[in-house]
Amino acid sequence: MSGRALSDVPAEQRDGSTEPSPRRPKQPMAQPARGRAPGEPRGVAYLYIAPAFVVFAGFMAWPLMRALWLSLYEWDGLSVGTFVGLDNYREVFTQPELREPFLHSLVLLIFFSVLPILLGLALAGLMTRAKVRGAGFFRTVIFIPQVITMVVVAISWRQIYAPNGQLNDALRAVGLGSWAHAWLGDSTYALAAVGLVGTWVGTGLCMVLFMAGLSKVPRELYEAAALDGAGGVRQFFAVGLPALRGELAVAITLTVVAALRTFDLVYVMTTGGPGTATRVPSYEVWRWSLDAGRVGDGVTIAIVLTVIIMTLTIGVNQIAERDPT
Amino acid sequence: MTSTFEKSMTYLVLAVASVMALYPLGIILATALQPDQIGASGGLHFENFSAAWERGSFSTYLTNSVIVSVSVVVLSTVLSCLAGYAFGTMRFRGSSLLFYLLLLGLMVPSEAVVIPLYYDLRSLHLTDSYVALIFPQVAQSLAFGTFWMRAYFRSSSRQIVEAARLDGAGHGRILWSVLLPMGRPAVFTMVLLVFMWTWNEFLLPLVMISDESLRTAPLGLSNFQGQYTSGTSLLAAAAVLVALPVLVVFLLTQRQFIRGMVEGSVKG
Repeated sequence: MSGRALSDVPAEQRDGSTEPSPRRPKQPMAQPARGRAPGEPRGVAYLYIAPAFVVFAGFMAWPLMRALWLSLYEWDGLSVGTFVGLDNYREVFTQPELREPFLHSLVLLIFFSVLPILLGLALAGLMTRAKVRGAGFFRTVIFIPQVITMVVVAISWRQIYAPNGQLNDALRAVGLGSWAHAWLGDSTYALAAVGLVGTWVGTGLCMVLFMAGLSKVPRELYEAAALDGAGGVRQFFAVGLPALRGELAVAITLTVVAALRTFDLVYVMTTGGPGTATRVPSYEVWRWSLDAGRVGDGVTIAIVLTVIIMTLTIGVNQIAERDPT
Repeated sequence: MTSTFEKSMTYLVLAVASVMALYPLGIILATALQPDQIGASGGLHFENFSAAWERGSFSTYLTNSVIVSVSVVVLSTVLSCLAGYAFGTMRFRGSSLLFYLLLLGLMVPSEAVVIPLYYDLRSLHLTDSYVALIFPQVAQSLAFGTFWMRAYFRSSSRQIVEAARLDGAGHGRILWSVLLPMGRPAVFTMVLLVFMWTWNEFLLPLVMISDESLRTAPLGLSNFQGQYTSGTSLLAAAAVLVALPVLVVFLLTQRQFIRGMVEGSVKG
């Protein structure tokens, strides 16, 4: 609206009233010169975005291009590489050794995504419904794992899972000593043990997201549902959950990406072992590219990972934005 | 509306969840305060922290982390504000194309760029330098930051901008004296998130740094734990030192921090 008021000025002047009204002495200065849209200096915008794009181009776009290029080569990082076309990609989908980490990611999804979302929904639902005192306190405490340095988290959980660690101590204390294991040293349990740490980290974030979503639901809706005879659980599924569409999409995106990108935990807790039991894509990117001298394979895994993440992020958000009919 | 029984069950569940969230951290803290040598006297052993600080070189690692985090936060905040201002308030050719490019950058995992960056920077003799630690993280943070600041600038009142323009303020003045002071909460939230991401970053320093004197705190900690068996009080004390800065910042700003995480991810 104010924009239109501004564009009125030159029209007035063309009409002959060249003297600006004394009550609006500054308007001529704001005159859009050379026919630009008012309030939209255009060329200068490039100066504002230039520094950001220089850094972005040099340290994000260019390396990404280089990654695409490297993925077409077999290269040990030192000598001259051999162009192999799309062979590396074919290998990722066919060689069990390269494919296995992606299958491990699927297992991690249960722990990083499904469990935190379910736990987060339950906790947020409970807190919203019961109007607990100290909700802010609980929210802060349960969120804390999300801000702790992953390497620290890994060190702590390594200690818990150790053969003489707290988990086995607890099992022995309740008479389940026969269940005690070297959790991270046993290929049956190691992946799940790493995954459970993901549940610990992600639950608070999911809960906080869902609490924010639920707080937008008017209380009257719950009360109406209650009048219709719905119990607490029914109320949550009928009223609360449908309102959480957007938050669910965000929670799915964030937790799935976190699962696919698990690196720090694996590096510190298991280094991919025992055997190959906890090898995951991010860890394999690092291992092939810098430890095993097969840069082409490592970078190809990274590209495949990037494509999966982008497809998922865009896909989930597209579905969430579509109107429920 | 809810019965007393239901209410007390809710408290019970929340209490259990809180204990579960704190337990692994409590273990680390308890271990850090135990005597380092077997047979030493009981009581709380705060000297483990000074031992980790000096003998474990964590004074160096933490200093590096501070240098890197502050640099990344300052650079990405400045660049994001400038770019976000242009995207949020100006119309220019190619703006939406360039913006979508940034959005793509927001989705690229660092795994995809860190390997080619390593080989490129190595040929420029720039691995083992602050440049290698700082600029890749600035690039990642400013994709988010530009997006975040653009949202703020778009939502800022057009009337105020027009009024400032009528008063003769140029685009620079409007950004610096009008919009940024009003947008302090948005900037602050961005600073918090970028600080946390940078402080906790592990893969990039792991790939780029082999020189011990340039290790960041998480990298130093991971090397430290490779040397000692887990469960020693020195390692635990070092872990506490590494986690503490972000935890303190979080506890001091929790309301804004959590709101930032929620809004940042909902918008992202």
